Amino acid sequence: MKHEAISAPGPEQAGVRTGFWKDSLRDYGLLFSLLVIMGFFYFLTDGISLAPLNVTNLILQNSYVVIMALGMLLIIVGGNIDLSVGSTVGFVGAIAATLMVGFHLQFLGLDTDIKVPWEPVIVIALALGAAIGAAQGYFVAFSKIPSFIVTLGGMLIFRGLTGNMLLGQFVGPFPKSFQNISSGFIPDFGDFDFLKPLTGDSNFHWGSMLVGIIGAAVLIYTSVRRWSRSRAQAMDTEPFVLFIGKNAIFALLILFFSYQLASYKGLPEVLIIMGVLILIYAFVTTRMTIGRRIYALGGNRLAAQLSGIRTERLTFLTFVNMGLLAGLAGLIVAARLNSATPSAGQSFELDVIAACFIGGASASGGVGKVMGVVIGAFVMGVMNNGMSIYGLGIYWQMVVKGIVLLSAVYVDVYQKSKG
Amino acid sequence: MNAILEMRGISKSFPGVKALRDVNLVVKAGEIHAICGENGAGKSTLMKVLSGVYPFGSYEGEIIYKGEERRFATISDSEHLGIIIIHQELALVPLLSIAENIFLGNEPATMGVINWATAFSKTRELLQKVGLKESPNALITNLGVGKQQLVEIAKALAKKVQLLILDEPTASLNESDSDALLNLLLEFRTQGIASILISHKLNELAKVADSITVLRDGTTVETIDTHAEKISEGRIIKSMVGREMSDRYPPREPKIGEKLFEVKDWRVEHPLHAGREVIKGVSLHVNRGEVLGIAGLMGSGRTELAMSVFGRAYGRNVTGKAFMDGQEIDVGSIQKAVANGIAYVTEDRKSLGLILNEDIKNNVTLANLPGIAWRGIIDDHKEASVASQYRGMLKIRSSSIFQKTLNLSGGNQQKVVLSKWLFAHPQVLILDEPTRGIDVGAKYEIYTIINELASTGKGVIVISSEMPELLGICDRIYVMNEGRFVDEMPASEASQEKIMASIMKQYGAVQ
Repeated sequence: MKHEAISAPGPEQAGVRTGFWKDSLRDYGLLFSLLVIMGFFYFLTDGISLAPLNVTNLILQNSYVVIMALGMLLIIVGGNIDLSVGSTVGFVGAIAATLMVGFHLQFLGLDTDIKVPWEPVIVIALALGAAIGAAQGYFVAFSKIPSFIVTLGGMLIFRGLTGNMLLGQFVGPFPKSFQNISSGFIPDFGDFDFLKPLTGDSNFHWGSMLVGIIGAAVLIYTSVRRWSRSRAQAMDTEPFVLFIGKNAIFALLILFFSYQLASYKGLPEVLIIMGVLILIYAFVTTRMTIGRRIYALGGNRLAAQLSGIRTERLTFLTFVNMGLLAGLAGLIVAARLNSATPSAGQSFELDVIAACFIGGASASGGVGKVMGVVIGAFVMGVMNNGMSIYGLGIYWQMVVKGIVLLSAVYVDVYQKSKG
Repeated sequence: MNAILEMRGISKSFPGVKALRDVNLVVKAGEIHAICGENGAGKSTLMKVLSGVYPFGSYEGEIIYKGEERRFATISDSEHLGIIIIHQELALVPLLSIAENIFLGNEPATMGVINWATAFSKTRELLQKVGLKESPNALITNLGVGKQQLVEIAKALAKKVQLLILDEPTASLNESDSDALLNLLLEFRTQGIASILISHKLNELAKVADSITVLRDGTTVETIDTHAEKISEGRIIKSMVGREMSDRYPPREPKIGEKLFEVKDWRVEHPLHAGREVIKGVSLHVNRGEVLGIAGLMGSGRTELAMSVFGRAYGRNVTGKAFMDGQEIDVGSIQKAVANGIAYVTEDRKSLGLILNEDIKNNVTLANLPGIAWRGIIDDHKEASVASQYRGMLKIRSSSIFQKTLNLSGGNQQKVVLSKWLFAHPQVLILDEPTRGIDVGAKYEIYTIINELASTGKGVIVISSEMPELLGICDRIYVMNEGRFVDEMPASEASQEKIMASIMKQYGAVQ
């Protein structure tokens, strides 16, 4: 390979090559596993699992897991854990619901129908999520209490507050515009009547399909550009076949999902939110100094500290960020259920944390990638959804998910110990 | 007298280093046998071979104990025969009681149920033997270091010790505690228990030792019988350090400029024990273009001094003033110290210097990420070119800048840490044991880098336990002991004997 120009010859060479393969093998293995699981449920459910309606549901059901997994990744990479996110989801949802539905009646004693408009509610809910993260982050980062304990406390506290506030009641329904956060679809735009014969479906949402096509094209364009620039600078690049294979699979997945979504109601709004967040977090973790510092913090806290990194502040920020995302997830969940319930978000933390570990994050910190975690979240999501369609009992579903989590991490640890 | 222990032709290698070369040691029954030598002379390695930390097969030579050849596979094999080693770092569990510690792993029990009555009465007996007036219930954490040392010895007695090995037992003890400990050894001698005592304090050795074996560079220099020959401090020092200096150091033509960095009346307390001063009023300065050495034994406070100056990374209640180019600077946090031009290369590169799981590139840029980023966004290609540049400049042998630092040799790891701090563009670079555990070739390269740095007008402070190294690369040397600078000398006038003598002076010279 030509890109070894700056490499010193020597016996180490072979080791590094295989090291590279080993590192990337995990990424590809995960992607491959997702495809296999999707295929498995496709046959098991006679194709229902990949039908347009169900693909749409899959996205709607999983968006908040993916969104919280992005925050959880930073927490775990930084060497911590957050068990409280499920309770935060419930609590923020309950506060938002109370503000929208009952605020003026209960607090101001005014007997009017004026509702708090939903935009300020969103701002308040996100701020509340961030504040919850900040409070817990303070104890973890500055008081040096293990995150497991702090967030276990948070998990109990916010679940309890949610229950107290709602007193077993459902609070809802919400204004239509608020519900759209989780059940809205992007409006059709442009006139694509001339394409209609292609699908033979007059309801096909060409606007959504077009967004998918553009997305796939942008993905391929940026990856190729990056890859060839790296290669031109003699940086270490992945082998061409793998590179093409991976991007082709990604692009095809995007096109397939867009097609299925477009055949139903188009792209959900929440998918756009999720997609934008994935891009932002991928960028932050790979390209920004703050991302690099979080990895250094988790990789070796003392070395990071002695390199002039403010490790305490950084840990604190990862928790604020997590709280913010949990707040957003709380709104999405409330909007999806169209009510706040005492059990909303219960045990979400487990799905989110499992997504991170399946996605290759290391429990000891310093390791994990955004794309891995997103795929990990989809592995969990596809399994949840597929098993439900198949009619597997909820308890057996837990058993299966537990086994998948354990095997994914086992494979990881096994690979590492061999190397 | 018969020999209780005979170690014949012991050799032990680590990757790249030969730690012991054909070492012979004969300990007679019921004697106190002292072993001395510089740091790195091989004392601890030899004791680890003896106690089975390095199992049979990992070394060459034979161990004859009580007339039989022994092949220890684990520490418990040697303990079983009464060979007990007490390390410098005490191996007690702080939150357990004295009795629990003494019988840890050796509990008097029937079917796994501990018989506490027996444990306590035996503990009382043992504590009386070592002269410690404490309840068996007292927690270790509430005892002073001296008393903890006695608990360790009681623990050894509980294991029916025949040969007691003490690695620098008095290093952290005050005078009266030290005396008590040494008297205890003398008492053991009357009971027929032999001891091996590793110590730097030559006056103590002269007081209690029957024989002294001197190690240097992994070989036995000689064994002195203190009853046959009147020993003096100078005699032992010469034996310890008497090694030739060859061209192990690059030529140096210093161009020393004006005063660059200065620290005045620096005082630091122990991070856990408030009020216990670790650094007791140190003042130092380094000039532009100067390589300054800080000599001293391990535990003398060198690392603590350096780390406390580097943004209070060590200790509490740090007081004193720091100046750069005559201006007082704030070194209250690591960020401020770095911003003010100070860099510190830690002595423990694996746990404090590197992110082992990450590649060379990420480690090199870690201390100066803004240097490769624009508004928080990293320029990948700039980063790669910076890393490649340092990889070339410091001759970091690796397949590429994308190799994980975990897989590099010690010397190359050290160069990565150096690169990290060079890229932070400091004015003053503090190097703590920069060549520990790396091979001779890599050492030479590191010395060359130090020379080049100094020649660009920066100040370099080198902390090292290897005196020849300080003499070979420095322009001026401070001698540190017990948290103070006890001497200062130009390297041209310094010698190992002179440095050793400055350190020993504090303990009361033996002539």
